[in-house]
Amino acid sequence: MTNIVVLVKQVPDTYSERKLAAGDNTLDREAADAVLDEINERAIEEALVIKEANEGEVTVVCVGPDRANDAIRKALSMGADKAVHVSDEALHGADILQTSKVLAKAVGTVEGVDLIIAGNEASDGRGGAVPAVLAELLGLPQLTHARKVTVEGGTVKVERETADEGITHLEASLPALISVNEKINEPRYPSFKGIMAAKKKPVEKLTAADLGLDGEVGLANAASTVLESAPKPPREAGQRVDDEGDGGVKVAEYLASQKLI
Amino acid sequence: MPAERLLPDTESQDLIELTREIAKQELEPHAAEYEAAERFPREQFRLLGRSGLLSLPYPEHWGGGAVPYETYLQVLEEIATAWMSVGVGLSVHTMSCYALAEYGSPEQQERWLPEMLGGELLGGYALSESQAGSDAAALSTRAVRDGADYLVTGAKAWITHGGEADYYTTMVRTAEGSEGISCLHVAGDTPGLTAAPPEKKMGLTGSTTTQLLFDGARVPADRLVGAEGQGLKIALSSLASGRLGIAACAVGLAQAALDEAVGYAKQRSQFGSPIIEFQGIEFLLADMAAAVESARATYLDAARRRDRGMPFARQSSVAKLIATDAAMRVTTDAVQVLGGAGYTRDFPVERYMREAKVPQIFEGTNQIQRMVIARQLRNG
Repeated sequence: MTNIVVLVKQVPDTYSERKLAAGDNTLDREAADAVLDEINERAIEEALVIKEANEGEVTVVCVGPDRANDAIRKALSMGADKAVHVSDEALHGADILQTSKVLAKAVGTVEGVDLIIAGNEASDGRGGAVPAVLAELLGLPQLTHARKVTVEGGTVKVERETADEGITHLEASLPALISVNEKINEPRYPSFKGIMAAKKKPVEKLTAADLGLDGEVGLANAASTVLESAPKPPREAGQRVDDEGDGGVKVAEYLASQKLI
Repeated sequence: MPAERLLPDTESQDLIELTREIAKQELEPHAAEYEAAERFPREQFRLLGRSGLLSLPYPEHWGGGAVPYETYLQVLEEIATAWMSVGVGLSVHTMSCYALAEYGSPEQQERWLPEMLGGELLGGYALSESQAGSDAAALSTRAVRDGADYLVTGAKAWITHGGEADYYTTMVRTAEGSEGISCLHVAGDTPGLTAAPPEKKMGLTGSTTTQLLFDGARVPADRLVGAEGQGLKIALSSLASGRLGIAACAVGLAQAALDEAVGYAKQRSQFGSPIIEFQGIEFLLADMAAAVESARATYLDAARRRDRGMPFARQSSVAKLIATDAAMRVTTDAVQVLGGAGYTRDFPVERYMREAKVPQIFEGTNQIQRMVIARQLRNG
């Protein structure tokens, strides 16, 4: 029996243009189509696989505006059992630390949590720090960047993979927090039956005040704010190499000049 | 640009989202390759089945989705936009379940419908014969009672999923005259039933179309759907709903052609401007959009009548006629917008144009649709 919380976030669709709001440099959520972050689909998939093997309950926890309800419904239609949705205008502009505090309180409303699963980083902010901060706040072991997860009895084993350190094997006793990378699995599609079942599943809606965080959150209280931003410069034209018998050498010289080899 | 839809509820919206996700990731990327290789996308149908998309308009009691036609047809349209052969296959499968769902005995329904709607099986619908096309009542495949079975002999023609389907809803002759036609639910592996080699078609080359050869095939008599002699009535009422499916597929195909043409016209420059800025092209595109959207409105009107239990056979024929003629025109114009590029197989619009021809022909030619419409005007 493993009770799992999955953290999910609604993000702007990576296919649409993403931008910051002109006034306060926060994410302009209205400018783009909003979707359940793909890495969260993988986190949900992993939770469902663990649940199917060990039984238990999967709860999704989401912090986001009302429209994030669409992302929650998708998670429920994939097979999660219930949801906690923290939605509050006061949270507008919350930074990583605040968001982690809100998540810690929200996870605290779920009883008997054995495992928290998050994506390793969201595709919008890309801070990638929330899983670690949340684990610290909750006093849980953190097993991040997992490409493989095994739950056996009271322990969780993880193959951790990062670009810098390669693969490391981690093990912790439950309860624990893990974050997964994009290699963890291929998420399932919801089914139409899942869609119909989702509308009957409970979604608890909470405000910052419900979590005792009134007056502590939002852009005015954030430890970090975005002062200015500029669009990514357009991609420059590539360098063309004509092969006159020495093409391989020229390619190697180019790669060496870029310190790639 | 995806079609803008008015949907009746949140579940329908989520269903369309799911359909678009599957269409974009699992169907569209493979369509050109499978069509060129004349390869039947059996595994893609299984994915649709697992996702619950092969049983949408049938009651939950048998494992269906119990969604209204208004929603089912828009799902079907999205699938046809990604891959016409799969859209047509889904429409045919849905029609193949109709006879049992509407005319089967409770025992037959309990026995067969759950697996037919379960997603793993695929159905076919066998009415036409080489000498009985528009004149379906002239069919001559004969079923003779032999103890507890029928012995079926004859050849069915133009059977979508021929040789691939797990069962065929088959119309056979049990007596003379139009009152002598009966409907059998025939298992695909019935001894004495074989499929001829696939027809070599102009389009929908990923979908198999074959003759079905019955050589004294022994079909248990408990597979008779409805009463003996009820077959033509079953066939025609199946077609009234099936034609809505074809109308939705045709609109989906036309939408795909429009999207391709608009995308191309925005990035193709001549005389120093994107060609979409020339009136010659923008009026063409505007007419294409008007054709797509009016055809969609037409099939949705018929679907809403059906969902409310109102007569819809005439509206279904109107929708099939309007939508398939629109698809032919829109796909032809899409080739025109792309010019020489559109005539090559490097772009999908020539395939769309080839695929648009047969919807004007199957499930009742558009001439037959006019007969259905005119007969109602005369008698109504």
